[in-house]
Amino acid sequence: MNQRTPVRLPLALWAGVTALLLVAPTLVVIPLSFTERRSFSFPIEGWSLQWYERFFTDPRWYGALGTSIAVAIGAALVATVAGTLAAIALDRARLRYGWLIRALLLLPVVVPQIVAAVAIFGTYLGWGISGTPLGLLLAHIVLAIPFVVIPVSTALQSFDPTLERAAAVLGAGGWGRFWQVQLPLISPGVITGFVFAFVTSLDEVVIAYFLQTPTLRSLPVQMYSSVTVETDPTIAVASSLMLVFSTIVILLPRFFAARRRRLLKAKETP
Amino acid sequence: MHTSARWSALLLAPAVLLVAICFVVPIGSIVLRSFTEPELGLATYERLFADPTTLRVLGRTLLVALGAVGLCLLFGYPYAYLMTLVGPDMRAVLMVLVLVPFWTSLMARTFAWVSLLQRDGPVSALLAFAGVPGVTLLGTAAGVMIGMVQILLPYMVLTLSTTLSRIDRGLLTAAQSLGANRYRTFFQVYLPLSLPGVFAGSALVFILALGFYITPQLLGSPRESLIAQVIGVRVERLVDFAGAGGLSLIVLLTTALCLAAAVLAFRPVRAMLGQGGDRR
Amino acid sequence: MSKTNQSPGAPAATLQQTGRSVRLSGLSKHYGDFAAVDGIDMDIRAGELLTLLGASGSGKTTTLSMIAGFTTPTEGTVLIDGEEITRVPPHKRNLGMVFQHYSLFPHMNVRTNVEFPLKQRGVPKAERRRRAMEALEVVELAHRAQARVTELSGGQQQRIALARALVFSPSVLLMDEPFGALDRALREKMQMEVRRIHRELGVTVVFVTHDQQEALTLSDRIAVFERGRIEQVGTPEDLYERPASLHVATFLGESNLLPGTVDGGVFVTRSGSRLSAGSAENGPATLVVRPEHVRVQPATGTGAGIAATVGEVVYLGADKRLVAVTADGEITARIAAAEGYRPGDDVRLGWEPGAAAVFPG
Repeated sequence: MNQRTPVRLPLALWAGVTALLLVAPTLVVIPLSFTERRSFSFPIEGWSLQWYERFFTDPRWYGALGTSIAVAIGAALVATVAGTLAAIALDRARLRYGWLIRALLLLPVVVPQIVAAVAIFGTYLGWGISGTPLGLLLAHIVLAIPFVVIPVSTALQSFDPTLERAAAVLGAGGWGRFWQVQLPLISPGVITGFVFAFVTSLDEVVIAYFLQTPTLRSLPVQMYSSVTVETDPTIAVASSLMLVFSTIVILLPRFFAARRRRLLKAKETP
Repeated sequence: MHTSARWSALLLAPAVLLVAICFVVPIGSIVLRSFTEPELGLATYERLFADPTTLRVLGRTLLVALGAVGLCLLFGYPYAYLMTLVGPDMRAVLMVLVLVPFWTSLMARTFAWVSLLQRDGPVSALLAFAGVPGVTLLGTAAGVMIGMVQILLPYMVLTLSTTLSRIDRGLLTAAQSLGANRYRTFFQVYLPLSLPGVFAGSALVFILALGFYITPQLLGSPRESLIAQVIGVRVERLVDFAGAGGLSLIVLLTTALCLAAAVLAFRPVRAMLGQGGDRR
Repeated sequence: MSKTNQSPGAPAATLQQTGRSVRLSGLSKHYGDFAAVDGIDMDIRAGELLTLLGASGSGKTTTLSMIAGFTTPTEGTVLIDGEEITRVPPHKRNLGMVFQHYSLFPHMNVRTNVEFPLKQRGVPKAERRRRAMEALEVVELAHRAQARVTELSGGQQQRIALARALVFSPSVLLMDEPFGALDRALREKMQMEVRRIHRELGVTVVFVTHDQQEALTLSDRIAVFERGRIEQVGTPEDLYERPASLHVATFLGESNLLPGTVDGGVFVTRSGSRLSAGSAENGPATLVVRPEHVRVQPATGTGAGIAATVGEVVYLGADKRLVAVTADGEITARIAAAEGYRPGDDVRLGWEPGAAAVFPG
């Protein structure tokens, strides 16, 4: 290792403040979710699980959770298949307008959410799919495609093309090469893409807000209206669950990676 | 391997058709409506610009977005810089601290700010303790800014840390061996090398800030609305798709301009620093 | 060394076969105006080990790639045992191939890598496993069948790649600079291994290399490539003793080059020495003679040959290497270790008329 620049105290302190700013504010939702009163106010005087009970018994809440999960799974599956195929085509064929197609596929991340939302609302209204599960699903698929294309393209860049030649000369046809060699080797990128797509759909508020009907509400939209229309501490429960979920998503792969490293180390020094 | 044009067209078709039909067509059609409704022409734009609030909202939105960029840099740069100095374990911890909020539901985080900034909430109490009693930030521009910066900060840190981690620290040692002191080394060597990341992160935060809807809607007030809220109101309350399309075009053009500037700024800076060939 | 179930060297019976012949006729590959391969004709005999030898960019790799089916020829045909396969996709050609960087599948272990080609051919699982283990025994790595490929050394990986290329008894084995990434000692060991396997299994091998020593060591025959064409095809001895061009003469082994002119069957060096030119045509020419054919004699009397002064004598054990300075430059000779020439001695250099070759230019 080359010598390390010493970390000066002011820098460390400022970074500590930043870390606190990043993480601490969101944590406030956890105590709020156990409050006894029907308000968001502090300090919390009595504790109860009533809002958790409500979350899992009130059809508006667990229904919204079900809608969100169903749409997120559907959108992530379709976006992962479509995005992976597109990334493969863009990687292999040196298409003259490949950059243009790539730019098109990445467009949904660049366009400001509010513009996408009102545009999609206006058009889907005309097509009669606003307020339907299909409309929400289509919007979320499109929004999630860039989040698949990016990690799969990265995985493809580190894929050694001579492996495909080797597979071909050893007798594997197009399908065999794809299923037995290429897909297993880019699968980390595909899985990452699926997770990105799933979380993107699960968290999306603005489009879902414009496409909602009283019967079709995703969880974030239900949360939104529980702040604006009524003061319902069940939102704190939903927020806490979301926070726990995202923490698991972040920590799980790191946990497995650390365990694999430990196992490898143990294998080397029996 | 040889992939025929027909095969690649087939592989591209689902994604391209989905994005084109379900995304590009809606955007195109709402922008088109701003030129065709109620009749062909620029009437919508005349109407929008005749209304003094349009320009005021636009100006306010740009200011808020710029402010968010500035504050994100103020917090994000030192943090990303620290990430390059510490050991791998500490770096992983710092990274998780960025990624958890990054992946946490926007709605959950905005709600957290609603409860923190509310009347007699924890932030008010903290301010009162510091000697500034009776302040409620919920429903003010300051409140919007605080929430936005906290929500956008991970984007800035992630973009910056990618660039900063690639800077060769040997260059700094070299500069110091040539007699530059710590501050000169930082401002004349390190900072210029990090500019591509600064540009990219700033462009990203700026674009996201322009389109922010939920956070200002919940943390701000209708009297100080941003362009995203005005677009929302046009569609939701006034059913004025033409007006919303016109404002959308303005936001889209600003975004495109900003992206183009970031791309252009990237190239000369990169070429100048000879960092170009990192693609294979 | 590793222990294997069979005695070392005993070939696995199922892997033994009769190799097939390959015929390339009028084969060309153009990229725009550039001809990577420019109309080559060649017969590769059944069961032989033929090396495509040349510098990088000479067309040898493109030729191999056209045999494998990765590259479609602009013109010409590829035939295996008389059957045309020019446009047959690689996976239907039934060829084995070993790549420079092993190209083992990193997500499979050693045995599943070797089973891969059998799986593509629909061989049942038990049979697949048995044959994979046999192939691994041929390369003496059966004991590493369960290992991850990334745990193996470069030499072991290349032996696995060899087993994988042989396990399905391909009609022809293609090897693309397979030992380029290995160090010298390992490379020589692997060359011996390839010779042994080739002899035992009887497979036809087409071997690409830029290393002339490797080509001489391994080959039944060598095809020397230069600028997309084949300069000469022949046994190592043919090429070494009877090179067809100046390029072949200098590419293989060590040579002395003397510039001069041919005039009526006589080669005249720049300084005016007159030597036999055989049947070479009149005009500017270069005379090529191998060091071991140069005879060194004391400079007594006025016999035929070139007058020279001994510059350097290096003792090499079996023989000595003597560098003589002449009016036409330095000439290297190999002499018996017993000869007692010292630097500064005046000598006379000569050779049998048939031992030197004269090429125009």
